[in-house]
Amino acid sequence: MSWSGRVFESVGKVGAFSARVLMDAFRPPFEIAQLSRQLAEVGNKSIALIVVSGFALGAVMTLHTRNTLVTFGAAAMIPAVQAVSFFVEIGPLVAGLLLAGRVGSGIGAVLANMRASEQIDAIESLSIDSFKFLVVPRVLACVIALPLLTLFMDFAGLLGGFLSEALASRISPELYLNRAFENLQWSNFIAPTLKTAVFGFIIGSVSSYFGFTTNKGAKGVGEAATNSVVIASLLIIVADVLLIKCIFFLFPDTAI
Amino acid sequence: MTISPNIAVQFKNVTKAFGEKRVLNDVSLHLEQGQVLCLLGRSGTGKSVTLKIIMALMRPDSGEVWVDHENLAGLSERGLSAVRKKLGYLFQDAALFDSLTLYENLALPLKRLTNKSKEEIDDKIHHVLLAVGLGSDSAKYPSALSGGMRKRAGLARALVLDPKILLADEPSSGLDRITASEIDELLLRCKEQHGTALIVVTHDVHGTRRIADRVAVLDRGDLVAFGSVEEVAQSENDVARRLIAE
Repeated sequence: MSWSGRVFESVGKVGAFSARVLMDAFRPPFEIAQLSRQLAEVGNKSIALIVVSGFALGAVMTLHTRNTLVTFGAAAMIPAVQAVSFFVEIGPLVAGLLLAGRVGSGIGAVLANMRASEQIDAIESLSIDSFKFLVVPRVLACVIALPLLTLFMDFAGLLGGFLSEALASRISPELYLNRAFENLQWSNFIAPTLKTAVFGFIIGSVSSYFGFTTNKGAKGVGEAATNSVVIASLLIIVADVLLIKCIFFLFPDTAI
Repeated sequence: MTISPNIAVQFKNVTKAFGEKRVLNDVSLHLEQGQVLCLLGRSGTGKSVTLKIIMALMRPDSGEVWVDHENLAGLSERGLSAVRKKLGYLFQDAALFDSLTLYENLALPLKRLTNKSKEEIDDKIHHVLLAVGLGSDSAKYPSALSGGMRKRAGLARALVLDPKILLADEPSSGLDRITASEIDELLLRCKEQHGTALIVVTHDVHGTRRIADRVAVLDRGDLVAFGSVEEVAQSENDVARRLIAE
């Protein structure tokens, strides 16, 4: 089969896999215990990474934009620029990419290892639907956790930006927050945050696909982890472009 | 078509291939309830595939597989699930769930497939773990268990639902002679106390001679010998004679 043929075949397989996730997510039995376990794995264990990254990114962004805005006499705009850029784009996208790295590789490697060590066969041998038991809770956990983690990223970025600005101009927290949210509308905030649920679905289903379907033994574990991160990251960036167009169409006010 | 009442597992002209490679070629064999069948053969000759076909984890390309009087080919996923509940499977490396403790590994099938209360589940797990000599290890994770303990734990999980048929994939591989012998004892106890039918994939000739009622020898996908240990030892097939003699 040609290279392009293999690409289309893979896209079709991932698409069918994702469609099965969507169908099985609404079909009982619901794996609530597994979902809780995965939410802890995906959400709790990612908070530190997200908060520290957001804080550092916020501080760095203020350091970069400050000089330019001061030059144009727009120093008062620094909090607003910080808030808009984080809530609308940087927060959702960076949170998605960070989660693709941390969680995507983890899901890919864990499922591939379970396949290689016959744990998935063992689940099937116990008359348990391994797809519903292993894949669906992981994808749902990503869908639920990523918007919440994005909020942590947004506010950590704002805090980093504030501290950076406060050291330079001694701005008060009240004034910083006032200026940050002065021009921000709910639609600027809600739609971009919710789009990360789609990023979460991409991370969960792509990484689960590579882990769950591998048949290369121990070698497949590394491949699944790498493919999960690379493909999920790429798809997140591509999906971001499409989702932004959708958001602009549905909420024209958000086009700043 | 019906099957003799005492037959636990029957293969009729079963063929299975992976691409060009045929791993089972027109294989027919059977096992009666309460008997032990040892599957011998060189590596890559379809022994583990045979177990996975019985467990309905794989489907044969052609032929019939009857398990506890059910033809697997005619069963829906729900029907296959019902058949699997009658089977226990000890995987080659035990395949214990890494993220669960030993107790949780055993509790999972009991919680999912039975209506037992928490007390009944605790009691059942306690008894099964005691039977395999792991009574004090229920809180341990699989990573904290030795090779022999993992095999015992895998056996405990396979037995926790009181299966009518137990499939064991190389239960003594990687174990010293004494531990392997203890595993054989546990398998024999299943047969003697519960009338369980056992199909054991093994390379251990000593164990085979000790526990097998029937021996099947697979070579390059073909069933080259099938019978008692003595019959296989006197088989016309050179591979079969050498495998049972070593």
